[in-house]
Amino acid sequence: MTAGEFPEGPQLDAQINRRRRRGAYLRISFLASLIVAILALLTLLFNIVNSAFGLVALESEVAPAALVEALGLDTTSSALVDLSKDDLVAVLRTNVNNNVGRRLERDQRFYDDRLVFETQTKWDELCGRAVDRPAGCSTGARGRDDVYALVIEQIVQPKVRETWLLFDSIFHRAGIEERAAALYPSADLVFRSWLSVDFVTSPQSPQAEVAGVRTAILGSLWIVGVTILFSFPVGVGAAVYLEEYARDTRLNRLVQTNINNLAGVPSIIYGMLGLAIFVRVLEAFTSGAAFGGVEGSVTANGRTVVSAGLTLGLLILPIIIINAQEAIRAVPQSLRSAGMALGASQWQTIRAHVLPNAIPGILTGAILAVARALGETAPLVVVGASTFITADPTGPFSKFTALPIQIFQWTSRPQDEFRNIAAAAIIVLLVLLLMLNATAIVLRNRYARRV
Amino acid sequence: MISILTTIGIVVVLGREALLFFQTKEVSLGEFFSSTTWEPQIFEFGIWPLVRSTLMVGFIAVLVAVPLGLATAVYLSEYASDRARGLLKPVLEVLAGIPTVVYGYFALTFVTPLLRSLLGVSLVEIFNVASAGIVVGVLIIPLVSSMSEDALHAVPLSLREAAHGLGATKLEVSLRVVLPAALSGITAAIVVSVSRAIGETMVVAIAAGAAPRNWNLGKDGLFSTVLNPFISGETMTGHIVRISGGDLSYNSIDYDSVFAIGLMLFLMTLSLNMLSRRFVARFREVYE
Repeated sequence: MTAGEFPEGPQLDAQINRRRRRGAYLRISFLASLIVAILALLTLLFNIVNSAFGLVALESEVAPAALVEALGLDTTSSALVDLSKDDLVAVLRTNVNNNVGRRLERDQRFYDDRLVFETQTKWDELCGRAVDRPAGCSTGARGRDDVYALVIEQIVQPKVRETWLLFDSIFHRAGIEERAAALYPSADLVFRSWLSVDFVTSPQSPQAEVAGVRTAILGSLWIVGVTILFSFPVGVGAAVYLEEYARDTRLNRLVQTNINNLAGVPSIIYGMLGLAIFVRVLEAFTSGAAFGGVEGSVTANGRTVVSAGLTLGLLILPIIIINAQEAIRAVPQSLRSAGMALGASQWQTIRAHVLPNAIPGILTGAILAVARALGETAPLVVVGASTFITADPTGPFSKFTALPIQIFQWTSRPQDEFRNIAAAAIIVLLVLLLMLNATAIVLRNRYARRV
Repeated sequence: MISILTTIGIVVVLGREALLFFQTKEVSLGEFFSSTTWEPQIFEFGIWPLVRSTLMVGFIAVLVAVPLGLATAVYLSEYASDRARGLLKPVLEVLAGIPTVVYGYFALTFVTPLLRSLLGVSLVEIFNVASAGIVVGVLIIPLVSSMSEDALHAVPLSLREAAHGLGATKLEVSLRVVLPAALSGITAAIVVSVSRAIGETMVVAIAAGAAPRNWNLGKDGLFSTVLNPFISGETMTGHIVRISGGDLSYNSIDYDSVFAIGLMLFLMTLSLNMLSRRFVARFREVYE
């Protein structure tokens, strides 16, 4: 067929069929691309769940049953977990040397009315001192669960020898059992969920078996709190100004372009800005020194919750402004005109009509921005998250760590157990994000109905 | 006004520290932009090893994200029924909402072992640029597809109807009429995604390696080292995170050098973003 000449009859049909076939093929390949994206998401989630649960070969220094037997109890009817506080203290008494025992007792007493490792005279002398009084002098006695935890930590000392993924644990169980029996004859093969209530409520620890994310969750919440307090009022204020008051001048156009550009700046650059401004230049304020009341042990110069929160605040400010602007712009002009016509001032119109109408949009945008802040890692690393702290943050001037930082730290460790707890921490983070998004939807619906 | 202050803050802070860096006698601007060795211990500060990894991650990411993102956008905008779109778009939104550190975990614990088992353990190092690039690509698919979809949506229906009227198949309408009409918007999407890939931090910090890969054009093979995506190589963002994550003392040359890299990164992404804005402005003019 030469150019300009049209095919006819069967030739035309063939050509049309060919074109339709090509269309069908490419349509399938378009759909395939989408499926690849969905598969990527599924693989990602599967990969995380796969690591967060699975078999572990647990080997103890001392078998729990042996401890029970040593007490003269029947091992078939009573297990270590079920022992009373008195029995557990007895186990400690016989298996821990006196130095360790005294240290534990000085941290916190076992009984209110008697001492286990210390002598009464020594104890009175220690507690009579003006400085360096042990913490145990002023706190109450340890509970039963606390003593149990001590027995596990000090005597039983379970060590994870090897871990397996969930997938293998289910489908290749026989092979794993064989391997575990050959390599770790004295180890127990147990199914372990790395994500557990203990994981969420325990503080950070150098041992993967007992490490938890409480410190990190609290750190994240503190930071996000500061972020919201700073960026929400400022962001909404800026949006109201830009949409309702600002005239179309050169300067205002510049501001607008500027905000749009800021939204595209890599997050790590904000981290560097935070490091230079909040951590260094404003150290007196962000470390809390300017306000007095610095708790020596919890403060780390300017590398505090405030610095981190403000840095993330700057980061999400452009997002909040842009979303709030869109929400305000969507309010019909007639509402403003009606308000004005009834004699309301511009601010009254905005407060009584524009903002209530725009609030679902503003809130949704803000919550999505906060979700972004919650998952942000790089700026926090740069601003100086503490990589290892076990103390919960107590206020805006505490040192901090955050969930994503913890995930980053654990992922970077070579040991398998840390991969497992990183996966568990990821699940916690994703659940938090999911809750935020759900809140956004609920809030939007509620306000949308009322207005 | 805080936004203006932030911008000024960024420029002043990065500029001042970078200036301090270039003022020290061990460093010269010429060396910074020409040397291919980054070795702070012996005062060798050539930006190219870091830029090389950064650009490679960006390139691989775009290679993954643009075809997939674009095809996804075409499918969602031209083919999918309303119900399918309502079902599939949230998936992309979820993909966009996952924190980047999670993608880093994914790269290290899934993509890297996969590459190693597919291509051989001797060829692919544990930390490698390819794995980081692929995952960054997945991460920016939602960005590419949502921006492209907006561009495709902006093409007036009349153009599609006219093409159908001339007997074109659905594919021909999509590829030869709608796509070219939306080209400037799609270009903008691609440029923004490059900028996003270059600025992406956590994935490369976790998966791409923790040491700058120095190279020498004359001595090292072009494909065995300089352009090899399967060896480790620290990127600009990865370097900033690693250096400032440690106990960094202020006013040290390390501290200042990080800001010089940051300034460079800022300028790169800023110019890309402005370029993209220009493209978007162009396609708005045509159809609105």
